[in-house]
Amino acid sequence: MADDLLLRVSGLVAGYAAPVAGPLSFALNRGEILGLAGPNGAGKSTLLKALWGGVRVFEGAVDKAPGLQISHQAQGFDDLRGVPLTGRELLALTGATPDGLPSWLAERLDRRLDRLSGGQLQFLRLWACLTAPADLILLDEPTNNLDRAGVAFLIDWLGHAHAGQGIVIVSHDHGLIDEVCTRVVEIGA
Amino acid sequence: MSFDLLFDPLFRVPFFTGLLLAGLLPLIGMYLRLRNEWLAALAFAQMASAGALLAMVLDWPMVAGGVLAALLAAVLKGLAARAGANAYALMMLLAWAGGVLLVANHPLAEQAGHALFDGQLYFTGEGHLAAAATTCVVVLPLLAWLSRPLLLGRFFPAFYQARGRSERPRLMLFDLLAGLAVALATVSLGVMAAFALVFVPPLIAYRFGSSWRAGLGWSALIGMAGYAFAFAVSLGFDQPFGPICVLLMVMLFVVSSVKYDRM
Repeated sequence: MADDLLLRVSGLVAGYAAPVAGPLSFALNRGEILGLAGPNGAGKSTLLKALWGGVRVFEGAVDKAPGLQISHQAQGFDDLRGVPLTGRELLALTGATPDGLPSWLAERLDRRLDRLSGGQLQFLRLWACLTAPADLILLDEPTNNLDRAGVAFLIDWLGHAHAGQGIVIVSHDHGLIDEVCTRVVEIGA
Repeated sequence: MSFDLLFDPLFRVPFFTGLLLAGLLPLIGMYLRLRNEWLAALAFAQMASAGALLAMVLDWPMVAGGVLAALLAAVLKGLAARAGANAYALMMLLAWAGGVLLVANHPLAEQAGHALFDGQLYFTGEGHLAAAATTCVVVLPLLAWLSRPLLLGRFFPAFYQARGRSERPRLMLFDLLAGLAVALATVSLGVMAAFALVFVPPLIAYRFGSSWRAGLGWSALIGMAGYAFAFAVSLGFDQPFGPICVLLMVMLFVVSSVKYDRM
């Protein structure tokens, strides 16, 4: 694979007990932000999971650059109420850095997660994936449960150059896709 | 009622054996609760109890029998991970049936069965203390090393898989450590006292801990303080240790809940 090439996806068909999504083909280089767009039920999240091995691949191939490090942000999250973990401890788990966090979250980093609002918690989980050491970042509906300030900060962060990394975003939010993605692949229902 | 016995050198070894385990078990419990697997501790304790009884019938050391049975339970738990609480319940039923049958059919097992149920802390010797100390020396550093993977498993379940690595070996190691600690506690403190020390301190620490690290500190402190108080009360009032320890732990939870709800 070429030095800048992170991922080559060829005719990917993925699913669980049976195929539910695909075929999908694309290549991703460092510095690119690829959007996977499409209507609900098109299988965008399933195809994203296939990139890191979270679902069964029925056809096609996912070729990764040797030693590729993937950071994956899943849609939704478990109920975290009652677990005494702070935001700072959460970031440390993935090796993410608190540097660059928006001030409205940075000042709450030493609070327990169950003392944060839903939007703050979602942004923190997103940040733990965004700034974890990785070559490829996979984001599944990253704006879900974010408040307006969180969405604005995310768009601004993604808009800055990340030359060393590739990013794949699945979203039904066309505003986000149009604003931050360098390329878009449409997936049909 | 006499508290003079508290200062009798005869009870120093049992006290420190229990104290070490009372500091360790809540730490194991913090991670079992994190993984919603706290019921596994009771399954380990029941299996250890049945294993200790079987060992006694076969004229083997009871500690070895208990530890081997609990380690077997830990392996079964790892292999039947998808079954979750069902696997723990089946292990408990199996261990209970086996234990009762042994007690019913072997004259010596009846006495030992009571000792395991009530807790035979006062009869623990230097061998138990050495085993407890060795277990702490082995388990504590490994638990510190496993802390991140265990927390990642709860908060970012796909973290290792997305990086092409498996979390299974780490989870299996944790199961084995938990089995070892609970087994040793079962043959020293009794089935339900061991379970209470795994279950109750983390229950309180999850409420009051301001961070994970603070939660670990709280749970160990609650376990050791509760244990020391139970030891003194049971010795002072000439009562079996196991039920006193369990009652105090439950009372601690109730009192802390009242305080917490008023905060």
